[in-house]
Amino acid sequence: MTKQVQQLDRVIIRFAGDSGDGMQLAGDRFTQETASFGNDLSTLPNFPAEIRAPAGTLPGVSSFQLHFADHDILTPGDAPDVLVAMNPAALKANLLDLPRGADIIANTDEFTKRNLVKVGYEANPLEDGSLSGYQLHAIPITSVTVKALEGYDISKKDAERAKNMFSLGMLCWLYNRPADGTLRFLETKFASKPEIMKANVAAFQAGWNYGETTEEFSVQYEIKPATLPPGQYRNITGNTALANGLVTAAQLAGLPMFLGSYPITPASDILHELSKYKRFGIRTFQAEDEISGVGAALGAAFGGALGVTTTSGPGMCLKAETIGLAVAVELPLIVCDIQRAGPSTGMPTKTEQADLLMALYGRNGESPLVVLAPATPGDCFTTALEATRIAVKYRTPVVILSDGYLANGSEPWRIPEVADLPDLRAEFSFAPAPQAGDEAAGRKPFLPFQRDPRTLARPWAIPGTPGLEHRVGGIEKADGSGDISYDPDNHDKMVRLRQAKIDGIAADIPPLEVDDPDGSARVLVLGWGSTFGSIGAAVRRVRLAGGSIAQAHLRHLSPFPANLADVLKQYDKVLVPEINTGQLALVLRGRFLCDVISYNRVRGLPFRAAELSGVIQDVISNV
Amino acid sequence: MSRPIDGPETGAGHAGHRLASLTLVPKSDAKATMKDFKSDQEVRWCPGCGDYAILAAFQSFLPELQVPKENLVIVSGIGCSSRLPYYVNSYGLHSIHGRAPAIATGLAASRQDLSVWVITGDGDALSIGGNHLIHALRRNVNVKILLFNNRIYGLTKGQYSPTSEQGKVTKSTPYGSLDTPFNPLSLALGAEASFVARTIDSDRKHLTSVLRAAADHRGTAFVEIYQNCPIFNDDAFAPVTEPGARDEHVIRLEHGQPVRLGADREHGLRFGPLGSLEVVPAQTAADGSLLVHDAHAADPSYAFALSRLDRTDFAHTPIGIFRDVERATYDDAMSAQIDAARARQGEGDLEALLAGADTWRVG
Repeated sequence: MTKQVQQLDRVIIRFAGDSGDGMQLAGDRFTQETASFGNDLSTLPNFPAEIRAPAGTLPGVSSFQLHFADHDILTPGDAPDVLVAMNPAALKANLLDLPRGADIIANTDEFTKRNLVKVGYEANPLEDGSLSGYQLHAIPITSVTVKALEGYDISKKDAERAKNMFSLGMLCWLYNRPADGTLRFLETKFASKPEIMKANVAAFQAGWNYGETTEEFSVQYEIKPATLPPGQYRNITGNTALANGLVTAAQLAGLPMFLGSYPITPASDILHELSKYKRFGIRTFQAEDEISGVGAALGAAFGGALGVTTTSGPGMCLKAETIGLAVAVELPLIVCDIQRAGPSTGMPTKTEQADLLMALYGRNGESPLVVLAPATPGDCFTTALEATRIAVKYRTPVVILSDGYLANGSEPWRIPEVADLPDLRAEFSFAPAPQAGDEAAGRKPFLPFQRDPRTLARPWAIPGTPGLEHRVGGIEKADGSGDISYDPDNHDKMVRLRQAKIDGIAADIPPLEVDDPDGSARVLVLGWGSTFGSIGAAVRRVRLAGGSIAQAHLRHLSPFPANLADVLKQYDKVLVPEINTGQLALVLRGRFLCDVISYNRVRGLPFRAAELSGVIQDVISNV
Repeated sequence: MSRPIDGPETGAGHAGHRLASLTLVPKSDAKATMKDFKSDQEVRWCPGCGDYAILAAFQSFLPELQVPKENLVIVSGIGCSSRLPYYVNSYGLHSIHGRAPAIATGLAASRQDLSVWVITGDGDALSIGGNHLIHALRRNVNVKILLFNNRIYGLTKGQYSPTSEQGKVTKSTPYGSLDTPFNPLSLALGAEASFVARTIDSDRKHLTSVLRAAADHRGTAFVEIYQNCPIFNDDAFAPVTEPGARDEHVIRLEHGQPVRLGADREHGLRFGPLGSLEVVPAQTAADGSLLVHDAHAADPSYAFALSRLDRTDFAHTPIGIFRDVERATYDDAMSAQIDAARARQGEGDLEALLAGADTWRVG
């Protein structure tokens, strides 16, 4: 039967179920099909830290939200148009986010008395009329799947587990997604278990056919491909982009890369990814702890490698002393902090931007370094290149502040041409080779802290280089010679030199770009890091409603772009939304005496565009 | 892997033999002397400190390695002993408290052309850096760890350390320390160390022979050096250093030789019940049950039993090489994985990496 096809410009789908229901996988596959179909998209996986929380409970609910459209979009969306709820807990945990009129696809098999009681439903919401404001599709997903797989030689449990593929098939039909990629994926994933593979393929096809034949769905939807800039594309998460960026940066710099890391959510995927790339000569070291991870990376950097460590907030605390040593000995080091909700263990799988002050200031003494923050998942790639460029050129640690949302979220990414990538070739010591007669003339043969007058960087003199033998350490060094020095004036000078080196980088980074289309805005909204999408979507809404608003986004947080002070002065009000309690705002007030308006929500989730647009409107109307 | 017992080890480093830890390190043709390894920095330890003797022995030993000084790196932590890198004319990194084994791991694992030495102390290695020490030992990275054990905190002016005897009265323990001390060698053996030795600051000849054996070991070599602190713990090792006393207490271990102790070497060792070692008069046990030292025994139980002879009163204190066995090193294995991946999959291709598995074209 041919069903009516309705054109949509964008859709937000949320898959929700128990942690063990395979919702992340279903969401991920739907995303891949959507990406290869050519829609623009943005995703938000949201899952508990527990690997398998008790089945059927609210803490065990895992969800995956996908926003896709025929035009370019910036966020995973505020409110789902469709919720797939695999059990009562998934319905209850997500219902509040649904606007009236949204579609709910519920797996009736799991709405048993026992499961309802577990989450505090006194009556079955699928039957008591409480969902009458929504388009409810009550489908016995588990039993239909099991029935469809009757002919296969698999256990009942394995048949039930295929219900995520049934759901995926149904959704793929509903939104006209291609199926080839998923079929190929299943063939590879279950290559060693052919019967399970066939059953999953059958479940997927059964779901597709169910959508086509059932009267449950009266229309099929079509979302045309987006018109993105021409090029080769792939879908990419922030962690994958960061890992690929680091590999690329090391190649462009001509440096062997050494990663010292300790597993921690949500950063571990970078370690997993990089450990695959042995053929690129990448050495990955799973250390005994966070301190050893960064220590080994610094040791490798002393030996001339691109030293990298990856972690999240709690690990940053432990690495602080070693990062301080890197500041003192002035060696390149890349520190990736994939921020998560804190303090302490906090909410490991939830996002936050609350490590900014720690990255800037969280070490003993005056300890300046470079801090960068990617704005989108794909931007993590570019940030890795920029971090490497600065670290190597200026012999300094660089902190990359990504976060859980960027790390696990994904977007279509235009694959760069290798030939177009910047030349990051590292220059080892630029110090003059020692001359005969130096010693007789009282000249030190080599001065490990003699600075390049342009960059204020010291030589990177690596072991194995004759004549440049030297000793460095955390003890204060005499300017130039690098010998131990407790001289008061020398210390004052070195403190200022280290700061001046970092400050000087401002002349070597792009100025802050302001998006102010009509030039008449009196309010600037200024963000950093992963809020780029939410702020951008909110700004669009405000402009569509006729509001005038300027937007700027900081990728360099230390040093700031050189024109930041001027930009701040151009606007009557500056609004700074952050997923913390006002850390960038504090720095801006202190540095620029600019009384910015701080807007903060710390819920472990990205901002909603609707919420931010309201905040922006309020500020505009009060100018 | 156990090597056959073939009598006392001959001095390695002589006559064309490349020391095992240095097979990937360039060999220096120039004849170096101790002076070449002295830096221009004024040595600033307290007068009479055992560190002077260790430094002098180390510097005079270094030419024997035939390593160009640019390929020698010394990494240290924090403490009196950790100042040593400043005094040796090589590459040196004076790092932070306890972390030298971790930093040296990254360096040694990425630069197999370097001879990497870690200088540490009892507080640095066994207290704040205990975790890094045990993991370096189990990984068997090709670094040489010299632990200067003076049983006291010197640089912070005299608090008890993790090797101080229980009940020690110090500034931080005016009523006596409460904790049971670590036996560094037992700890190292428990951490799967492949080379474990002990020597004494004042016995230069013995110290040098142990350094040589450490350099001839591919993997992590752990060397405890009894080191006198004349300011805060003077004469802590008198029972094993004073003429007269030392012959009673010191057991000199030599591979392939019977283990003997006593002023006239009149006692030997044999296994007692439950695997511990007991001291017996040599002539009463002429039945072959007396131990002949085997540093290459695959099982560490014997070396562990030897390490337990050392009570805090030094009644029986073995020195020399407790254990020296061959085991794959972390850095060799890491390089082998890279080589194997390249042989199998070819050199990394950036374009293929960036493209990933699923791509599509727009425009």
